[in-house]
Amino acid sequence: MLPTESQRIWMYRNMLISRYMEERIETIYMEGKKPVFNMANGPIPGEMHLSNGQEPCAVGVCAHLEAEDIVTATHRPHHIAVAKGVNLKKMMAEIFGKKTGLSGGRGGHMHLFDSTVNFACSGIIAQGMGPAVGAALSRKLQNKSGVAVAYIGEGAANQGAFHETLNLASVWNLPVIFVIEDNNWGISVSKSASTAVAKNSVRAASYNMPGIHIEDNCPDVIFSETKKAIERARNGGGPSLIEIKTSRLAGHFMGDAEGYRPKGEKEQLIKEDPLPIYRQKLIDANIITIDNDSALVEETQKLVEQAITFARESEYAKPEEAMLHVFA
Amino acid sequence: MSATKKLTIARAMAESLAQEMRADPKVFVMGEDIAQLGGVFGNTRGLFDEFGGERVRDTPISETAFIGAGVGAAMDGMRPVVELMFVDFFGVCFDAIYNMMAKNIYFSGGNSHVPMVIMASTGAGYSDGGQHSQCLYGTFAHLPGMKVVAPSNAYDAKGLMTAAIRDNSPVIYLFHKGLQGMGWLGNEPAAINQVPEENYVLEIGKAKTAVEGADISIISIGIGVHHALKAALELEKKNISVEVIDLRSLVPLDREHIIASVKKTGRLLVVDEDYHSFGVSGEIIASVTEHDHKILKTPPCRITFPDIPIPFTRPMEQWALPSTEKIINVCVTMMENK
Repeated sequence: MLPTESQRIWMYRNMLISRYMEERIETIYMEGKKPVFNMANGPIPGEMHLSNGQEPCAVGVCAHLEAEDIVTATHRPHHIAVAKGVNLKKMMAEIFGKKTGLSGGRGGHMHLFDSTVNFACSGIIAQGMGPAVGAALSRKLQNKSGVAVAYIGEGAANQGAFHETLNLASVWNLPVIFVIEDNNWGISVSKSASTAVAKNSVRAASYNMPGIHIEDNCPDVIFSETKKAIERARNGGGPSLIEIKTSRLAGHFMGDAEGYRPKGEKEQLIKEDPLPIYRQKLIDANIITIDNDSALVEETQKLVEQAITFARESEYAKPEEAMLHVFA
Repeated sequence: MSATKKLTIARAMAESLAQEMRADPKVFVMGEDIAQLGGVFGNTRGLFDEFGGERVRDTPISETAFIGAGVGAAMDGMRPVVELMFVDFFGVCFDAIYNMMAKNIYFSGGNSHVPMVIMASTGAGYSDGGQHSQCLYGTFAHLPGMKVVAPSNAYDAKGLMTAAIRDNSPVIYLFHKGLQGMGWLGNEPAAINQVPEENYVLEIGKAKTAVEGADISIISIGIGVHHALKAALELEKKNISVEVIDLRSLVPLDREHIIASVKKTGRLLVVDEDYHSFGVSGEIIASVTEHDHKILKTPPCRITFPDIPIPFTRPMEQWALPSTEKIINVCVTMMENK
């Protein structure tokens, strides 16, 4: 089933927010890191994994979710956090390591936690899957509504946790959806070099659940294809495994020279950038006009800029506050 | 003595690997992004070009599988060197490490060997957050059956790597990201030093006196040694003479060397980037006091990472990490404490 007009605008709008946020982070991240690139420097230090190109996976799935639904994301979490409704200002402040951030700066960009919208992420491949299964179990045991969605990359499908959690979710018939964002690269290692099957969705058969493969990095297609899986989970039908072919327009992390990519790949991916394609699609369908697109772009950029200003102007916590929150 | 050249720890590790691979066809390397990419931290650079994909193997992100496979290959006569990209990732594969790699020699009554090396990056200081910044020295050193080394400079890095590869027991080789000489993770110029071109072995389990002194013994490993050496220079200006011991190995721990130094100075300070409690620093202090607590003129001190997950944000992380400044302050206090 196709998304409604308002759902399509919602998806587009969140893609705009996520993309602009990533572009701004990309620039800000380099502050203080020129001419010598040292990860420790600048207003945003540490590793930075951008999600440009993967936004459709976030919006196409999260369009079906409410705040009560649980999402666990990966080391590349920004687009999913945006689509799940994580507070932009607090998220940006966390990325900057400020006191006003989601965790006061303790987590950083790989460890964004927003309990108000049931969002969490982990920097270790596939390890968000167990907690997603556990959250689904919790809802089932408490007879509460809500489904859990565990996002992983295609590289994570070769982790033990992937296979163990799929089996467990199936045996216990839990309301959980596993979403693989297949961007074809686990840092420098391609999917074909690391994975015994061309499509991870076929692995669902081993765990007696539906396996859905989505070829098109398009929000509408992802929305339509995932709808059934999420409804199935909501109605007690159990888990599903979904793999989406998507694209990582940036490197694994900032500073990655991307020498492993075949010649011309990057150019091709940029040509297939899902954001301008979706924009055109909405214009062609008369859902947006060039005029109100400009307004939308302006409005979303303003939101991001406000979040950045908030983050920049916020203070750091006192260093010794590092000792707080080890225990509840 | 053969010719030498100045190398980073990353290059020194790669050089030892290359030389051992040339000399012994049983040596091979596997891990994530270690082939064409040359390792995220540069320590396998050039190996793929020279030895090809059979002996320099990129793995899927499947640590349980490839570290377990390392154990099996080692027991069958190969000498695998396996990279665990960040030591923090041990969480997904620890059974293969501590229940098999570390115990199979013992379980076989010494009839089997496990000539395997796990090399893993350690260390904080560049805001990589709590899952990519740990040292975990104590975790590995606590569990019997694994030798544990951690070089502070390129010369030691090469000799320890060669020793680790040739050892018939499993060796955990922990290299600190801040010392790799990668630039993008900062640089410690003193970690880049002259390295003989010919291969050589540095005996595992032998500490080194990095600088001699009379008043305080600072015992450290890896990056802490550099903090201590810098502090020693500053403390000299305050007429405090510091002796710095670079442990180089945690297992076996060179207790004799530590005790001999403390006997001389009468004061003990341990600098360890790993967590404070139940770890390396406590073990060293216990080793000295149970030998003879009367050799201590003042209570022993330690500068460690507090018992908290490593925070992302720079002010908190830098506050929590050991530093040259902290060492200077503690040493001054120790000398005032008569």
